Amino acid sequence: MRTLTKRLVKTSRHRSETEAGRTDAEVSLEARIESESPDTGQEIGRLEGDEPVARDTVTPRPVSNTPRHAQGHESGIKHVTGRARYIDDLPAPHGTLHAMVGLSQIAHGRVTRLDLDAVRAMPGVVDVIAAQHIPGHRDIGPVFPGDPLFADEEVSYVGQPLFAVAATSYAEARRAVKAAVVEIEPLPPRFDPVAAAEAGEFVRPTHVQVSGDWQQALEGTPHVLEAAQFVGGQEHFYLEGQACLVVPSEDEGVIVYTSNQHPSETQKLVAEVLDIPFHAVTVENRRMGGGFGGKETQAAPWACMAALLARRTGRAIRLRLPRADDTRATGKRHPFHSHYRLGFDDDGVILGGDITLIGDCGHSPDLSEAVVDRAMFHADNAYSLGAARVTGHRARTHTASNTAFRGFGGPQGMMIVERAMDDIARHIGEDPLTVRKRNLYRAGRDTTHYGQHVDQHPLMVEIIERLERSSDYWQRRDAIREFNHRSPIIKRGLALTPVKFGISFTAKHLNQAGALLHVYTDGSVMINHGGTEMGQGLHTKVCQVVARELGIDLASVRISATRTDKVPNTSPTAASSGADLNGMAARDAASQIRQRLLDFAAEHYQFDREGLGLENGKLITDNGASMPAVSWGELIQAAYLGRVSLSATGFYSTPLIHYDRDSGQGRPFYYFAYGASVSEVRLDTLSGEYRVERVDILHDVGDSLNPAIDLGQVEGGFIQGMGWLTSEELKWNDDGRLITDGPATYKIPTFGDLPPIFNVELLEGHPNSQASIYRSKAVGEPPFMLGISVWSALRDALASLAAYRISPALDTPATPERMLMAAEALRAASRDLQETT
Amino acid sequence: MIEFFLNGQRQRVAAEANMSVLELLRGPLAKCGTKEGCASGDCGACTVAIADPKDDAETGQPLTYRTANACITPAHQLQGTHLVTIEGIARGHALHPSQASMVACHGSQCGFCTPGIVMSLFALHERQRRTPDAPLDAHGLELTLSGNLCRCTGYRPIRDAALSMGEHADTRPPWADDPALEDEVRRVGSTSFCKAEDQAQRPDQHHYQTPTTLAELIAAMHRHPDAPLVAGATDLWLDVTQQLEPFEMLIDLRQVRELRQIEEDAEGWWIGAALTYREWEPLLAEHYPAFAHLLTRLGSAQIRNRATVGGNIANASPIGDTPPVLLTLDAKLRLAGPDGVRTLPLESFFLDYKQTALAPGECISAIYLPKPEADFQQRVWKLSKRREDDISTLLAAFRWQLKNGVLSDVRVAYGGMAAIPRRVKTVEAALEGRAPNTAAFEAAKQALRDSVTPMSDTRGSSDYRLAAAVNLLERWHLTLDHTGSNSPTQEVALDAYAH
Repeated sequence: MRTLTKRLVKTSRHRSETEAGRTDAEVSLEARIESESPDTGQEIGRLEGDEPVARDTVTPRPVSNTPRHAQGHESGIKHVTGRARYIDDLPAPHGTLHAMVGLSQIAHGRVTRLDLDAVRAMPGVVDVIAAQHIPGHRDIGPVFPGDPLFADEEVSYVGQPLFAVAATSYAEARRAVKAAVVEIEPLPPRFDPVAAAEAGEFVRPTHVQVSGDWQQALEGTPHVLEAAQFVGGQEHFYLEGQACLVVPSEDEGVIVYTSNQHPSETQKLVAEVLDIPFHAVTVENRRMGGGFGGKETQAAPWACMAALLARRTGRAIRLRLPRADDTRATGKRHPFHSHYRLGFDDDGVILGGDITLIGDCGHSPDLSEAVVDRAMFHADNAYSLGAARVTGHRARTHTASNTAFRGFGGPQGMMIVERAMDDIARHIGEDPLTVRKRNLYRAGRDTTHYGQHVDQHPLMVEIIERLERSSDYWQRRDAIREFNHRSPIIKRGLALTPVKFGISFTAKHLNQAGALLHVYTDGSVMINHGGTEMGQGLHTKVCQVVARELGIDLASVRISATRTDKVPNTSPTAASSGADLNGMAARDAASQIRQRLLDFAAEHYQFDREGLGLENGKLITDNGASMPAVSWGELIQAAYLGRVSLSATGFYSTPLIHYDRDSGQGRPFYYFAYGASVSEVRLDTLSGEYRVERVDILHDVGDSLNPAIDLGQVEGGFIQGMGWLTSEELKWNDDGRLITDGPATYKIPTFGDLPPIFNVELLEGHPNSQASIYRSKAVGEPPFMLGISVWSALRDALASLAAYRISPALDTPATPERMLMAAEALRAASRDLQETT
Repeated sequence: MIEFFLNGQRQRVAAEANMSVLELLRGPLAKCGTKEGCASGDCGACTVAIADPKDDAETGQPLTYRTANACITPAHQLQGTHLVTIEGIARGHALHPSQASMVACHGSQCGFCTPGIVMSLFALHERQRRTPDAPLDAHGLELTLSGNLCRCTGYRPIRDAALSMGEHADTRPPWADDPALEDEVRRVGSTSFCKAEDQAQRPDQHHYQTPTTLAELIAAMHRHPDAPLVAGATDLWLDVTQQLEPFEMLIDLRQVRELRQIEEDAEGWWIGAALTYREWEPLLAEHYPAFAHLLTRLGSAQIRNRATVGGNIANASPIGDTPPVLLTLDAKLRLAGPDGVRTLPLESFFLDYKQTALAPGECISAIYLPKPEADFQQRVWKLSKRREDDISTLLAAFRWQLKNGVLSDVRVAYGGMAAIPRRVKTVEAALEGRAPNTAAFEAAKQALRDSVTPMSDTRGSSDYRLAAAVNLLERWHLTLDHTGSNSPTQEVALDAYAH
């Protein structure tokens, strides 16, 4: 086996280099933050942002990325012993019923008959519900209306829920569903989002961002290129499917256990469907078996149905969708049809142009407004578009309503400009990396098409230059050209692509979080916050934050399930924001407790308050060793007896961000996360088969909260992004029925798709320029887009068939079929080219 | 009532008709550590390890723990086995090396696939304990883990965990201390939970028949003419979990002696139809390495441990992997029925889409594999969307001999190109007796284009299948130099895909 392994290489980086690499604007911004933050060491400072007031996050004392931060996942041992409980593992009350959902088999039509008598008569059936049985809201659209809990008069996609049944066993419920008599008068379905956009069939209005005179830019440039690119969707394929357990409470409400990224929204929707107050509904999630965005809005319907059945029958309800039903009924990553028309100079530097993005939203808005917005915000990726117009359409089609998925439109937006980079490079006869570097944001070209100044843009340059060296990009480029010259069948390809990803919810109000912290009298600490754990290690990081603030051992801090009756009105765990928001809220709660304890200690032990701190499970003073040691446990006991409150709530809201949809300008992101990857592929041009042979990644997480977890996010995100662009293909038949409805036909990467050489590093020594939690950066989504280098490398391998003179079209996913067909087309085009020249 | 051992503890439980091992575990046995990810044997979240004395009866070795997908393994097949699950491999708080290594390497994120991955690593570790000298290479790891999907980690930490199990204390589960356990398992394994004679007397009281001889099998089929035959259940069980079509009666082939043995004669081997891919592997590795390589890309370890070649043939799927290869090897089938035994060339077996030459009451009892001639040559190439654990989009099998500079005994067969796996005799004719030169292969390509109209489906379009099928003839051509020997002057296929 070839060399492998990741590494956490500590890179030598001097402070002076860091400073030197920054622009004046950057340094001054950071200086502003630091100067506005009282340099208190241990006190909570406050940063007056534009609004609202944010708590400063200057580290209590400088801590570098030592291995002690690379803590394992808080549930690691429970995972490997099978003791970690997921929804379907929870013990259910006596008499629990199993629910199943009846789905439409027709993509578009009028329901003329929904006869459920035969379903009621099936063995084991206790209750059957449809739209008319809903006492409250029938529409559970999360932001905009359009998502009926059960289709009533009209069906809009194959897989849309029509009714639900509760029976005494899972098998009985499944069989009962099949007994329904459903008659639907078909209406013409629409599956083509481009045709939908041309016809003005949108789920939300079109949005446009303009910077400068883009038309003038196109007319005045020496070169103009344009191309269309299709980017396919993606099934989340969380290993734990949609599942919930709903227990009726003794009043009019319910307790909902659900595999869910957004408990507060599910609480709201369940309450609205049942027509009861929010406080009658409690939603709990301990962990998910994967989410990736697929349980942000798509987990709610099942909880609403189960809650309705639970209230009607008075019995607990389990609802777990079989994989094929799950795959049909729930939305996916939006497929995009994009087009660019860009003008550039002789060096390939973009001067301006026009980019159009058409997101295939499915039948309803769901989150598509924000998804297409984020695609627009990332149509520049790491490059200045100059004077540009970016237009985003939200096309309505008769498929499941496409939804959040890691990156949330960002990956699709980036694909169009990465497509353009390769195309421009072929056009001017330069290496794609050279063209990419020339187009990066830099001084004088450091404002995006939506008006945000790009902070820390020199980091992007540095990451690319370091990766160029560490991956031997140019030596390998020469070797590959030489190899391809000699090898007629097997072709190798190489590409380096960058990622610049904006961090913050673009819906401003979501950028808030709460936490609840208790210290018990034995010194053990319980932290609860609004974020949910889906494998990303959020709970581990939040425990680390609390342990660090209170100067205690990580083992003393435990985290409990996310519950709406502990921390209310929470935002979804999404947009990579989990640790940024909830870590900060937890830090706020812990800081309050620490202050109280230190105030108490100063008085109780007659210490000088000024130098007091908490470290290594002890109360310390400036000259610690000389004072009698007070342990954490003793301090807590004394504080309890001294009648100090040992419970606190924390809160955080992100400062500085704003965006004006009318003008299409603003600062939607608190900061950007950066990264880059180099991928090398080996392609068989006779069969279309290929292998990703080597990948090198350098990724920016600021000062990492937990390098082991961050590395896991980077690697896992890359592989998931690679899967999206290579083997994961969604296919529907002519009737709009998804035919890749499970792992037999929908192929996510498996063990052998891991590149034999996979060098992944976290960039060290570059703290976040913004006052994020301990100057870390969000890591959930940005690495997903590192996978784009695989697609670009495949295009590079194909381009060798035409001596790099043609930039091959390559829609995604780039399956062996697409690769072979592209290779055949390119060979033919190359022959034509030779004949004409 | 079935009797087996679960993590060292004897169990006697009632298994309902159509119940899977997974349902038995998560329901009546309340062991929820084993997860359901897909209920179709494709994700591996439900991986368990099973030691079956019936598999190891003749080796005289300690029992071998082999992985299986619990979601598509009938609970009745647990009779007389030792089932090991994620709950049964640690020793109190001391983790098994497969677990300790996963924790140390940060091998779990969401944790849902983790029990299945740990069980695959457990089986690997037990195998390594048995043969400590066998080095673990990348290929071996792929064979072990390709049937376990993980959506979070990207597999790198899992790879590291697999490679570093040896660095952890060799903790053994408590049941491994019990010297009598294996004997007990073997003793229970030698009994059948419902004897054939019982079945004859009370045929309606059972929904799962386990004949032990071919005669008993034929009799059972006669009594229950509509009952499906089941061996590995890796395809059949999808009818239960995906189509919700319960079986009132099943006849299990796994204990039928004649279907589980290999008879060798001067010209070849009669291989019992109920032998698994894993059991075919040593013979193929020695005599038909290209065929053996194909098996490494067929399903996953969990599937290959249970699925049978007989099932792959009887299933008569147009995309079955072994039939095209067997067609080019001139394989024959032994069909057993109420009127005795007959032999049929495999080529005559497939009639139309999912239609075979099996008469009512008849089953495949063995497959005849001729021994390769000295100058026998073979190529087997499978195209699929994903390299591992995927169903063929297209499968090409070529065999030939080169005599006096010309191709002879040419056989060309494809899967995924028509309603049935079949030879393309026009292509064979274009090459037979010709020198392996460009003209011959151009004629072969044209013959192929003229002879087939491939299907379009979720795995590939007709255009792609035809283009690729033609190109694989070109690949074959390129692997032969002008003398027809195997010394290609350039790289014409990727190692990982083609052997």
